[in-house]
Amino acid sequence: MNLVTVIVTLVQVILFAALAPLLVGVMRQVRARLEGRAGAGVWQPWRDLRKLLGKEPVRARGSSWMLRAGPLVLVLSSLVLAALLPLVTTVAERLVTGDLFVVVSVLLIGAVALALVGLDAGTAFGGMGSSRHMTVLALVEPTLLLAIYALSIPTGSSDIATIVEARLEDPSIIVSPVGLLAMAALVIAVVAETGRLPVDNPSTHLELTMIHEAMLLESSARDLAWLEFGSWLKLGALLGLVGNLLVPWGVATSTDALPVLVGAAAAGVKVLVLGALLAAGEVLLAKLRLFRVPELLAGSFVLAFLAVAVSAMVS
Amino acid sequence: MTESTYAELIGLCAGALLLTSVLTVWYRSQRASIRALALQGVALAALVAVVAVDRSEAELIVVAALVLVLKGMVLPWVLSRRPAPATGAPAPPQRGAGSAGDHGAGDHGAGDHGAGDHGAGDHGAETPMLNPVATLVAAALLGIVAYAVIWPLVAGSASPAAHAAPVGIAMVLIGFLVLVTRRRAISQLVGFLALDNGIATVAFLVSGGVPILIEFGVSLDILLVTLILQVFSRRMRAVFGDTDVDRMRELRD
Repeated sequence: MNLVTVIVTLVQVILFAALAPLLVGVMRQVRARLEGRAGAGVWQPWRDLRKLLGKEPVRARGSSWMLRAGPLVLVLSSLVLAALLPLVTTVAERLVTGDLFVVVSVLLIGAVALALVGLDAGTAFGGMGSSRHMTVLALVEPTLLLAIYALSIPTGSSDIATIVEARLEDPSIIVSPVGLLAMAALVIAVVAETGRLPVDNPSTHLELTMIHEAMLLESSARDLAWLEFGSWLKLGALLGLVGNLLVPWGVATSTDALPVLVGAAAAGVKVLVLGALLAAGEVLLAKLRLFRVPELLAGSFVLAFLAVAVSAMVS
Repeated sequence: MTESTYAELIGLCAGALLLTSVLTVWYRSQRASIRALALQGVALAALVAVVAVDRSEAELIVVAALVLVLKGMVLPWVLSRRPAPATGAPAPPQRGAGSAGDHGAGDHGAGDHGAGDHGAGDHGAETPMLNPVATLVAAALLGIVAYAVIWPLVAGSASPAAHAAPVGIAMVLIGFLVLVTRRRAISQLVGFLALDNGIATVAFLVSGGVPILIEFGVSLDILLVTLILQVFSRRMRAVFGDTDVDRMRELRD
């Protein structure tokens, strides 16, 4: 660990923090255009954040310090996630290695904080949202672990940066049968983890179906801004991970200035393109009934499991 | 074509074949699983084309075109034709008439908004004999069995095509699974065609395909079987209003 590595990691975190609201703006805009609406413009999430951050939060009487701390924990966990994942560079000697298990537990910390925020005020909707969120999470985490684990077998390391580097050097890993199965499972797990469409509709406040929005109902102003920002950053970082695993070209493998700049530009483009594709796909999808969600996630778990078993047998 | 590109393309096609055969199990709605079957046909055609270019055989290109037209387009089209309502009988209720969000039906197994449309059309949700999660786990186990049995046989070979051969066996087993766990005639047909795709995959991967005459014969066979079964299931639907095989245990006048 040296100064250059710290600076490169900072560049990555700041890039993704700046990119996350833009990403959500682009996704909403794509969706609006495809549905024949004008849309609010790609900078609207930034404006929303600024407005919310300038307001004084109103908290329910009887709510605890969790309502105050939860949003910050979520944002911090997302920032750590953006620092851990190999989004701009794959340089290994970072502050903490972006090991698969570390990444999943950081994801879990943010998710638990969010669920506690939902439970804190003791309202019906918040509790309902939290319980659903935890149910989905219990099914998503094993899939996520197993999918990345399947990707790690050909490279012999559970460090995600090493996995991305190995895929950059030997593209045949990407298109192998095992790689395809694991990527399909990973994409479904990421979609479920970030609460996108077949699992949760991010743009609805219909009480029967909402998961993510239900947990935010009791938050306002600063708290709400941090919760939204943390979720967006998580979406951005996970999309960046998927982008780098699918198309590893462009990611920097050293800490020199030029590769890092190219890597930052490539990461930005990949995340925005993936986000636009995801939003376009969401237009065609209907939300899955809540009791069908375990079926979807079981399917993705089976794909990941098959990938692990097959690659263990082949190697 | 260099050796590594060849290996990558074979791997890509084999992966797509395995993925689509898991999708036929996964999707609950018939329309979606027929679409997965069409994708599988296209992937199989791509595989044949890759093998053809590698062996530089013009004959195999013809076979690839044949596979693309037959398995990628004609068979799925035959399967997805909506049976006409029986004449004289009251028209069945329109599918999805009362269910919002019908536009998304069929994607990711989401084509089950109208749970009440059982019997309203053959294209509605399938109610398999095994619950979906158990079927998926069974499919994964079959895939593992295929690899466990076939891998020792092909591990010694240097050819990347032989290394992908277990995928074909897995497709055969998963096809069988679909065949035995579905109730509707058309869904069983999907399983049968997936099974046939698996056999063809093994043939192309291991020996670069069978002679073109046999390939033509088998294709014609498959087409005829599908056409006959499709007509048969339409007749069944016209007479009984359903193609649930379980309800047809008895012979009647």
